[in-house]
Amino acid sequence: MLKNMKKTTKSNLITYGMVIAAFIIVQILTATGNISSLLEGLMVPLCIYSILAVSLNLVVGFLGELSLGHAGFMCVGAFTSAFFSKCVQDTITVAPLRFFLALLVGAAAAAVFGIIIGIPVLRLKGDYLAIVTLAFGEIIKNLVNVVWIGRDSNGFHFSMKDVMSLNMETDGQVIVNGPQGITGTPQDATFLAGILLVLVTLFIVTNLVHSRDGRAIMAIRDNRIAAESVGINVTKYKLMAFTISAALAGLAGVLYAHNLSTLTATTNNFGYNQSIMILVFVVLGGIGNIRGSVIAAVVLTLLPELLRGLSDYRMLIYAIVLIVMMLFNWAPKSIEWREKHLAFLKKKKNSPSAASAGADGRKEAR
Amino acid sequence: MAALLDVKNLGISFGGLRAVDSFDLSIQKEQLYGLIGPNGAGKTTVFNLLTGVYKPDTGKVILDGTDITGKKIIEINRDGIARTFQNIRLFKELTVLENVKVGLHNHHSYSTIEGILRLPRYRKVEREMDEKGMELLKVFGLENEAQVKASNLPYGKQRKLEIARALATDPRLLLLDEPAAGMNPNETGELMDTIRFVRDEFHMTILLIEHDMKLVSGICEELTVLNFGQILAQGSTSQVLNDPKVITAYLGE
Repeated sequence: MLKNMKKTTKSNLITYGMVIAAFIIVQILTATGNISSLLEGLMVPLCIYSILAVSLNLVVGFLGELSLGHAGFMCVGAFTSAFFSKCVQDTITVAPLRFFLALLVGAAAAAVFGIIIGIPVLRLKGDYLAIVTLAFGEIIKNLVNVVWIGRDSNGFHFSMKDVMSLNMETDGQVIVNGPQGITGTPQDATFLAGILLVLVTLFIVTNLVHSRDGRAIMAIRDNRIAAESVGINVTKYKLMAFTISAALAGLAGVLYAHNLSTLTATTNNFGYNQSIMILVFVVLGGIGNIRGSVIAAVVLTLLPELLRGLSDYRMLIYAIVLIVMMLFNWAPKSIEWREKHLAFLKKKKNSPSAASAGADGRKEAR
Repeated sequence: MAALLDVKNLGISFGGLRAVDSFDLSIQKEQLYGLIGPNGAGKTTVFNLLTGVYKPDTGKVILDGTDITGKKIIEINRDGIARTFQNIRLFKELTVLENVKVGLHNHHSYSTIEGILRLPRYRKVEREMDEKGMELLKVFGLENEAQVKASNLPYGKQRKLEIARALATDPRLLLLDEPAAGMNPNETGELMDTIRFVRDEFHMTILLIEHDMKLVSGICEELTVLNFGQILAQGSTSQVLNDPKVITAYLGE
């Protein structure tokens, strides 16, 4: 038992260590000037995608439900937090504090949407759930495009028609400008903040999965009827996993909003393309494999950028890498090969007692 | 002594089919009770009615004085009925110990926040759950496989693990749906000992569905025979098994 605890803790430490090591390497490269500005600009997006992939893995890998609306929750987090930061920009001048509050606002708003959408949607299963979450993601994105909010001496004005119908005084300032989105959000998102948020996300997800609630969530995934028969409240735990996942996507949204000077909701950043991209990270990183999600997100985001030099062949190579990763992860032959040739890696990870117990079990099976 | 489980006039229809009709059953505390009958007689439907999977059209289910008719599955589990399934339903990707710990879920609790932040209460409760879980696994001789994935267990041990998981919910009545299905005579013999042990050690009341007549005649004290959704015979095991109606309908000459 104790040894098993150590095994999972060790695996978690490897994941945290990997993230911290990546951070230190990038810091050194930046300090010595060995990093291109293009790559430097990619650092915060890498954090964003890692958070999104890990949080979606909670729903897809551990709850076992296919959700395609993840970008929608990111969108909610981004817009509410950007709105918040714009409003308090003059009153709270300490950037870290403002950003911290923005994170709370964004995560809370995304969590609320997670609950509102989760209650009706989680009654569905499989493909149906995927379709409805996809639609909800699109609805959120499109709704944001028809919202105008302004502020003047009389307070806030709200419209869903156009700027003119805000009816503001001359001193009024438009904060959310329909399809033009929010401009001039303070750029509080730093690489350090991004890395810290990745660590927080990893901490929350891994610890949740290895707790009593996580076990209930995985029990529902493995056998819903049996979980119910031993007294697990299926609705509660499904909603919990979905909401936590949405809140973490909200965090990623806050990072996104505070990394750009102009925040608009388009098909490219908050549309279904994005949701599917996040799902690709999760599937290629290994469903239910948290560390894999981070690696897949980083590799698949960096790759198209690093291949820019090859211009025409860029997408070709990207596609080939996708296929190879998929085959390596899921093809039966490759799993067999890995078990045969990479067994020494596994043995090191397993504690001796667990490994011998497993061997005994197999012997008796024969 | 009042019965632990009292079922009166239970019935359910699926479309035009009367799957179970005017079913009566009374089980005393710490009794080993058998429910037998040909395939399709409605035995598993009775289990599903007792555990809340189906809502009965007619009748009442009284558990130890409380009416549990029409309650939800998780409420009935909390009231004290646990079950196993005819086709094994384990949490395949979880380890053997984790399967039992899911069964302990409602009796050992800490909040989500305590779990995520690994506060002292998390450690204390998890340790308690580990100890309780290992104790249960020992009863079924599964303690050496505690860290094995449930789907990697041999068939007979999967059946035992399912019983251990059901017991972890601390029930007053245990329903076993064909516990010996697919077992060889040795394993069945071992299972009979385990069932008797569970009854004596945990003071458990057990209702089981079984086709293996050796097991039924060996451990059941009373029997009910179902045929086409209706009770064919009811009474002490020897009396029922010698009933000519039961022999023609189910056992064969």
